[in-house]
Amino acid sequence: MASSEIKIGGLGGQGVIMAGMILGKAASLHDEKFATLIQAFGPEARGAACSAQVLIDDDPILYPYVVSPQFLVTLSQDAFRQFAPELREGGVLMFDEDMVTLGKLPPSIRTYGLPAMRLAESLGRKQVLNLIVVGFFTAITGLVSEAAARAAIRDTVPPSTIALNLHAFEVGFAQGKSRLADKTN
Amino acid sequence: MKPDSRGLLSGRLFIDGDHACAEGAIAAGCRFTAGYPITPSTEVVERLAQRFPFVGGTFIQMEDELAASITVLGAVWGGAKAICVTSGPGFSLMMEHLGYAAMTETPVVFIDVQRGGPSTGLPTLPAQGDMMQARWGTHGDCRFIALCPSSPQECFDLTIEAFNLSERFRTPVLLMMDEVVGHMTERVVIPSADDLDIVPRRYTDKAPGEFKLFEPRDDLVPDMCRAGQGHRIHLTGLTHDERGYPVLNADTQDRLVRRLADKIERNAAQIVRVEERNLDGADIAVVAYGITARIAERAIEMARAQGIQVGSLRLITAWPFPTERLQRLASEVSAIVVPELNLGQMVLEVERVVAGRCRVISVDHAGGTVHLPKQIHAAIESAAREAGVMRLPLASER
Amino acid sequence: MSPTPENPVRKLLRTERMPSIWCPGCGIGTTVNCFARALAENGKRQDELAVVSGIGCTGRVAGYLDLDSFHTTHGRALPFATGLKLANPKLDVVVYSGDGDLTAIGGNHLIHAARRNLDLLCICVNNLTYGMTGGQLTPTTPQPAIASTTPYGAFEPTFNLPRLAASSGASYVARWTTFHVRQLTKTIREALDRKGFRFIEILSPCPTLFLRRNRLGEAIDEMRFYRENSVIKNFAETREAELGYRDSILVGKFVDLDRSRPTWREAYAARHAEVLGDRFIRWTGPAEDEVRGPGEGEA
Repeated sequence: MASSEIKIGGLGGQGVIMAGMILGKAASLHDEKFATLIQAFGPEARGAACSAQVLIDDDPILYPYVVSPQFLVTLSQDAFRQFAPELREGGVLMFDEDMVTLGKLPPSIRTYGLPAMRLAESLGRKQVLNLIVVGFFTAITGLVSEAAARAAIRDTVPPSTIALNLHAFEVGFAQGKSRLADKTN
Repeated sequence: MKPDSRGLLSGRLFIDGDHACAEGAIAAGCRFTAGYPITPSTEVVERLAQRFPFVGGTFIQMEDELAASITVLGAVWGGAKAICVTSGPGFSLMMEHLGYAAMTETPVVFIDVQRGGPSTGLPTLPAQGDMMQARWGTHGDCRFIALCPSSPQECFDLTIEAFNLSERFRTPVLLMMDEVVGHMTERVVIPSADDLDIVPRRYTDKAPGEFKLFEPRDDLVPDMCRAGQGHRIHLTGLTHDERGYPVLNADTQDRLVRRLADKIERNAAQIVRVEERNLDGADIAVVAYGITARIAERAIEMARAQGIQVGSLRLITAWPFPTERLQRLASEVSAIVVPELNLGQMVLEVERVVAGRCRVISVDHAGGTVHLPKQIHAAIESAAREAGVMRLPLASER
Repeated sequence: MSPTPENPVRKLLRTERMPSIWCPGCGIGTTVNCFARALAENGKRQDELAVVSGIGCTGRVAGYLDLDSFHTTHGRALPFATGLKLANPKLDVVVYSGDGDLTAIGGNHLIHAARRNLDLLCICVNNLTYGMTGGQLTPTTPQPAIASTTPYGAFEPTFNLPRLAASSGASYVARWTTFHVRQLTKTIREALDRKGFRFIEILSPCPTLFLRRNRLGEAIDEMRFYRENSVIKNFAETREAELGYRDSILVGKFVDLDRSRPTWREAYAARHAEVLGDRFIRWTGPAEDEVRGPGEGEA
């Protein structure tokens, strides 16, 4: 089976790499699959743009780069502009609807938006935006199990923030489920 | 001996190769590093700086790589196991001290996380352009052991192996990583202490006055001691006799330099490690190392799906080179394909060893990213066609 | 009646390696004699002290002392000593090298070793030139002395080494000449008992390459010059210690802070203990039980 290729793009400080880390960890440590994470280094690692590439597979991963993502998460307009053209036919785009205005996309692409920033602010901590996104991603794609995602969150975030982060995950997860329901209805 | 389980994060982690190296060093009993920041290797020393205070280790950030690379040697003679970590430009600066470590037979591990070069090159992007530097970079004539991990797991495993080899042969050992294995995050399993074997330093049991620091045993390796044990040793980078005193003449030079080379070459069978896949009955072999070996496996899958009998030989040890194995392989296959992230380095050694027994095809790459599997696949396909072992039409002909 | 007592210095020397490589009249041997005497008087155990040298004429000192001795690479005696001392805190570590080695190629390490207040005694034999390679300009060659690479006279400003060391953070700074053997011996003896980064500069003649080339006579003439032109002034401001050409030489002990500054190791331990509490584990040196006989290493 070919790897599932995932790319998450956004701005520094949004926790993009951490989101990739949790997904990779969930798949490789808790779902007993294989996963790799590569972060975009270079000037962008310190500047505005930031991205994570995650591969998930049932078999060992040989080529660790995302060539053409099936699953793309964009949390900034720049990330959308840069990465949306890479999306594979039939791919899935998830985006922060407050930060990203969708441009033209091929009709085969399914899109799911959520107000990630606003939801994070409503939880009182902007820093949990990435956990909301992880919840949303988990619900939409089913690439990692909900239990694995929770376990990965527990062993990644600082102990004192586990409850808050799990709550953020729930919020995102619920959003994802409801978007899926919207699409099927 | 078994590692100190208190320092071991036994279990399954999702970490990158740089962090895995740091854990491997701790598992191997390394308790000292002197570092100077350089991308893409900095994470190794950052993790050691964070972890060492919990395991009794010492990290000192030095003023430059010249300092860092000899501070670790001082620490070894003080009695610690030590590691030195760098990349490209820093590796160039450290060359003199690699030679000093070889000449003084100092057991130590040096890591080079290879990035694009020459010069400042591509600080954040991969290459494998330092492979010949590892072999020949220091002045004079000496031999090094160099290992090439191709995954974060192997960064952990081979860091321990590097320490073990350094102690076993009282010599510096190089871990030649690349930016991809260094920065790629993946599952790394850290075994329990019972499942790891650590080679302790082979300290002499001779009394002061009887011990000679450079008197080899039958395996050509002299025993160790450290400062403060009463042996009143003398260590020098000058050509020296078995007591370590400078003797500057051709006979002493010949005896010393040949033993240092023989120590590695005559013990090569104990050092060399390769991983072989699908080589039984193969028409074509791919010889690769580091991240490129992984990429090559994808190309091999593609070729085998076409019916091409192609296998792989992965260099876990680049130096000493698996000469005999390659010679045998060359008489069994019609071509050897050598992809690497440089303009053709290890392929020179493959060609030298193969000596015309089969075709050798270089798949070079200037670095900055890895090969696309199809680039390696194309070389395999053309080798197969050339050799008349192509059983299906070329993709371009379909 | 017991036989003539053995020279206390003799047991500290590798006499089997004598005669040394140093030229007649060279001052390095005098400094070694003072060092060995200071060591004997201080009573430090011979097996708990290591000496580290770089490259050059003074770099060969390590080879003549019957101590654990390390002849390292050019300029890098201090960083080697840093590793040696940090790995084996019980060891007293002395860096013994020349002006070219410690202040030119190794100058960066000198200022940082002083800044960190590493627990090292650094003895710099300053003969104003590179002796081993044939008398080239060093950072201490005064203007307008002739060196092989300044055939028309030196024109670069020089380092004032006591000032460099003191302003970089050294805990103990002194300067003597090879004429001042008693004072030098006493200073080394005292410095061996201090902690932190200790720097002693010793002005020493290079008759073959410096004196002769500058038509300054023989070593004995230089001793006379040292005697007549040295000004002893303890705790003088180090900025007054500038060395001119054939000018007066300020000597003495200039800095002695001793316990007022933590060493690198103390600062490392204090910081980590403060932040990590009981979880911080101190390195106390290699375990004695690591010593084992041949064969076990292959297990």
